[in-house]
Amino acid sequence: MSTRTRPRAHPDDDTTTYREALRAGLRDALASDDRVFLMGEDVGRYGGCFGVSLGLLEEFGPDRVRDTPLSESAFVGAGIGAALAGMRPVVEIMTVNFSLLALDQILNNAATLRHMSGGQLGVPLVIRMTTGAGRQLAAQHSHSLEGWYAHVPGLRVLAPATVDDARHMLSAALADPDPVMFFEHGSLYNAAGTLDPAIHQVDLDRAAVRREGTDVTVVAYGGCVSKALEAAEELAGEGISAEVVDLRTLRPLDDATFVGSVRRTHRAVVVDEGWRSGSLSAEIESRICEQAFFELDAPVERVCSAEVPIPYARRLEEAALPQPAGIVAAARRVGS
Amino acid sequence: MATAHGGTSAGPPKAKRPRRAHGPTTPSRTPAATHDLDLLRQMLLIRRFEERCVELYSAAAIRGFVHLYIGEEAVAVGVHQALDERDAVVSTYREHGHALARGIPPEAVMAEMYGKTTGCSHGRGGSMHLFDADRRFYGGNAIVGGGLPLAAGLALADRLRGESRVTCCFFGDGAFAEGEFHETANLAALWGLPVLFVCENNLYAMGTALAREHAQTDLAMRAASYGMAAWAVDGMDVHAVEKAARGAIESMRAGSGPHFLEMRTYRFRAHSMYDPDRYRPKDEVEGWKRHDPVTGLADGMRTAGVLDAAALDDLEHQVSAEIDHAVRAAEQAPEEPAEDLLLHVTGRPEEAEA
Repeated sequence: MSTRTRPRAHPDDDTTTYREALRAGLRDALASDDRVFLMGEDVGRYGGCFGVSLGLLEEFGPDRVRDTPLSESAFVGAGIGAALAGMRPVVEIMTVNFSLLALDQILNNAATLRHMSGGQLGVPLVIRMTTGAGRQLAAQHSHSLEGWYAHVPGLRVLAPATVDDARHMLSAALADPDPVMFFEHGSLYNAAGTLDPAIHQVDLDRAAVRREGTDVTVVAYGGCVSKALEAAEELAGEGISAEVVDLRTLRPLDDATFVGSVRRTHRAVVVDEGWRSGSLSAEIESRICEQAFFELDAPVERVCSAEVPIPYARRLEEAALPQPAGIVAAARRVGS
Repeated sequence: MATAHGGTSAGPPKAKRPRRAHGPTTPSRTPAATHDLDLLRQMLLIRRFEERCVELYSAAAIRGFVHLYIGEEAVAVGVHQALDERDAVVSTYREHGHALARGIPPEAVMAEMYGKTTGCSHGRGGSMHLFDADRRFYGGNAIVGGGLPLAAGLALADRLRGESRVTCCFFGDGAFAEGEFHETANLAALWGLPVLFVCENNLYAMGTALAREHAQTDLAMRAASYGMAAWAVDGMDVHAVEKAARGAIESMRAGSGPHFLEMRTYRFRAHSMYDPDRYRPKDEVEGWKRHDPVTGLADGMRTAGVLDAAALDDLEHQVSAEIDHAVRAAEQAPEEPAEDLLLHVTGRPEEAEA
């Protein structure tokens, strides 16, 4: 399943892929804090299921880049225990579907121990995993369950969508006193971009406006941000000015940024690769309605995955997922 | 490597003679007699504390699920003799005994049962979630098997930092059927982590008898298959428990990796306050009560001439006074105001989320 890619030598140092940016973030974390270690299935010798940690075993040794047995519950729980003891573990789970095998540890321990202990214990742990569809991996490797995790008090949930966020979010996540779920969209690993040399750290409490606009706000995150930007480009050709908000952090949500945008544009489309029913998109739509109902010129539209386990066949998979054309159509429907 | 002792008998252990022969009582007790008196005091404290909990539960002073440890006191007290304060403990929802044996003051445990701010989890945990970070007591886990991976992680942190500490994880025969036990046993053995697995085999996973939940009921033998030292211990005999724990921990501090102790024990009371106890024969319960670890130790000490009726009375009075004090303090302690509800959800200062 992996696409093992050797680090590419770019002529321009600021150009990188999402995968390389993640690796650079990991390397920084391991080099700068001896409490940090990485563990997970095939993170060491194999180089990471998706090649993110390639070379780190050789650089930091087997104590700090630890291959684990296929025991999600045990190694996620061990990450929690090590965090309780003052370490700063980064645990990698291959995909969000596999994280369900560790759901007990994530919900019943990581998210809960601080409160249940009356504030005595914190769990400063980062759990990274791949999420999302688009690679014809069918219904057990393709789902977008980050919205479920965003339901849970005690967790912080991140979805880096750009190379800058892939590069810098990890260090901010490791500085967080709480468990952080770090969702890497599988379709982004090979995405190339240029790192902004002015960015050295990121604020995890803030969503980002990726494109400014005046007629409609498109709220997206993770793998859907690039689709929203593509849609915005097409809408621009029709004279519609779309503002694209990248949520970045799915819990806690930065209401001020996306509601503030809607107050300016008066129209909103929410894009979410999760299923519509009970989804993060529903939460965002609710918050827009609660906080900016009288500013809206049209009902909020949502573009979500079809309510079906993600199928293998390319045509069906594409039909199941939010696509730029669907976002454009939704933006037209809200009358922008 | 030690091997599990064979046999899958679920019956009570054979009555045995006192383990230690002591001299007659003298004003200056021998170290062994002093130690025994301390063991007895600790077990008696747990026993009487929980008996008081039953009264308080019946009076509706405490609520929630309350799982009594009565009958199993020798395990907590015996194991704790071999642990010291640098070590960590991970426990279950039947953990009053572990918490008290760890040295969490009875008033902090009782206040937790009352849901008061002075409780050892500040009233947020209750009976099933006792915590004490300073004493490295990491709960109080009410997901059967859920504490085991944490123990591996605590031990991994020690390993990475080169500490000679150990992490002791208590769990039951029910947890032995959970994947989390098997995943953790494999991980701990694979990485040579200093985890002491203390399986309190009280023969029932709630109402399901050992032979109805395990195809092979010799748990120590199965644990040994993961490549760790494992053996079964008479969990009704505090001396046997202490000896086994000391042996295991000494070996672990020397770097020999995880150990597994199957403590063969029995709970005298129902699973929880809601349990009508319909699933086990009365004569089985009575049979095990004849091997009560508290009276067993006291009888042994009397036979050895190191405990008389007056000394036992003294002990009972001390323990009773300690529990009275804990109850009074808990009753008088403040409740947390509802405005504080959202505290301790995250570690961020501006933590209340919209």
